[in-house]
Amino acid sequence: MKNRSCIAAAFAASLVLGVPSLAAADSMDSNMLGNPCAGCHGTAGQSKGAMPTIKGKSAKFIAKALKDFRDGKKPSTVMQRIAKGYTDAQIDALAKQYGG
Amino acid sequence: MAKLTRRAFTTLAGTAGAASALGLVNIIPARAASGRVVVIGGGFGGATAAKYLRRMDPGIQVTLIEPKKQFVTCPFSNTVLGGINDIGFITHNYDALKSTWGATVVHDMATAVDTGKKTVTTGGGRTFGYDKLVLSPGIDFRWDAVPGYGPDVAGKIPHAWHGGEQTVALRKQLEAMPDGGVFVIAPPTNPFRCPPGPYERVSMVAHYFKTTKPKSKIIILDPKPKFSKMPLFLEGWKALYGGMIEWVGAGDGGATKRVDAANMTLHTEIDEYKGDVVNFIPTQKAGKIAQLAGATDKTGWCPINPRTFESKMVKDVYVIGDASIASPLPKSGFAANSEAKVCAAAIAAELAGKAPGEPSMINTCYSLVSPDYGISVAMVYGFADGKITKKKGSGGVSPKGANAEFRKKEAQYAEGWYSSISSDIWG
Repeated sequence: MKNRSCIAAAFAASLVLGVPSLAAADSMDSNMLGNPCAGCHGTAGQSKGAMPTIKGKSAKFIAKALKDFRDGKKPSTVMQRIAKGYTDAQIDALAKQYGG
Repeated sequence: MAKLTRRAFTTLAGTAGAASALGLVNIIPARAASGRVVVIGGGFGGATAAKYLRRMDPGIQVTLIEPKKQFVTCPFSNTVLGGINDIGFITHNYDALKSTWGATVVHDMATAVDTGKKTVTTGGGRTFGYDKLVLSPGIDFRWDAVPGYGPDVAGKIPHAWHGGEQTVALRKQLEAMPDGGVFVIAPPTNPFRCPPGPYERVSMVAHYFKTTKPKSKIIILDPKPKFSKMPLFLEGWKALYGGMIEWVGAGDGGATKRVDAANMTLHTEIDEYKGDVVNFIPTQKAGKIAQLAGATDKTGWCPINPRTFESKMVKDVYVIGDASIASPLPKSGFAANSEAKVCAAAIAAELAGKAPGEPSMINTCYSLVSPDYGISVAMVYGFADGKITKKKGSGGVSPKGANAEFRKKEAQYAEGWYSSISSDIWG
């Protein structure tokens, strides 16, 4: 009963607000980690300009891109400087949040 | 049993809130499901906090109090001064915050906060009760810091450190200035809003002069011995604008000691500088309502608990953005946006009876040296030993000596950043 209520609320919020399901679940830490990315990549990863859109990319793609940026395997302007702030586990959590 | 009831109620209210986001239900439940949050200030911090609170928990009733119906940003206002964008490009409204996110937006000036009764009163005579109050008032000026400058002079010598009328006033002066004229700009002492801002302003004005009034000069009278992204700005200025720009730093007596508005002259300890157009940016402090709420300390800024951004001075009051003391985060629009999300998550958690999560924030500040020449500074921030910390190994500035393609990409990303963050805040 309790679980069903929570799932219903999470589902309603994610359906209508276009929020990844994690955002409405009990994962405040994942939100903390991923929310700042929207400052460049847009709310829920939907960019409005020249910044690459993250929304719709797979978690696997996002995780690999972030690790490659961090390790200098993928050229970037600012992303290497950003990606260096995250551990493998944090990158995987970010990828899961945005990539679903 | 009580727990079950509350959860069931949250579910219902959450669904109602979600429905209102679609425009199916226009009335927000009169009694808050999980709390009432009042946000004062609809800029980078406040509007983000309002949106993300609603996004995180549609059961929270959010009221944003902001006098202006249209908000003109300070970020990217330098492109208006440089003639690249018009004022409409940096003007935003609160339609999405109301219709998409279901926040209540009140266009009025918050004039008093009663932290005992937990109410906010406006100039229009309305009173709003809160469970949690978020202050995002931005900056105010210390008008008395340098003799001769005050609100009465700001029309003739604009500060243009609030986006809007001041931006337009300074742009008009630059347009009216003849070729061969002198633009004098005096950045403020630390700490101040947008540390690279004055130097991007110099760049944008230099771009405008180069293309329309190439005999003109720019003099920077700086009370500081160095400034944000200094080596990158100097490299860019030399490459693009030759000898047009002269920087007089603290070591050369750059600090303005007196403003003579009648003669359009700034006096330093050792010299005087007359400009055809003068831009004096005053010393700053937290926006007035923060002081009225008792959230400022003797520095004029607001000490906060870095885990939640709750004020260290007053309970259930949170301060985000430029007004807060959130060092090592800079006073930037990006930082305000990032802080607002941490604050919103902390408030949502506390209202739901949970412990706030661990803060994680980013700042990226782009500056345009020309429309095709962008530079940036970035940092990832974590939390350790009760403090906001810089994540080791992360961040830093764009490389010196980078090629034109790199600079052009960062210029494109600068505009991309502005579009995305504007949408993340007001969209």
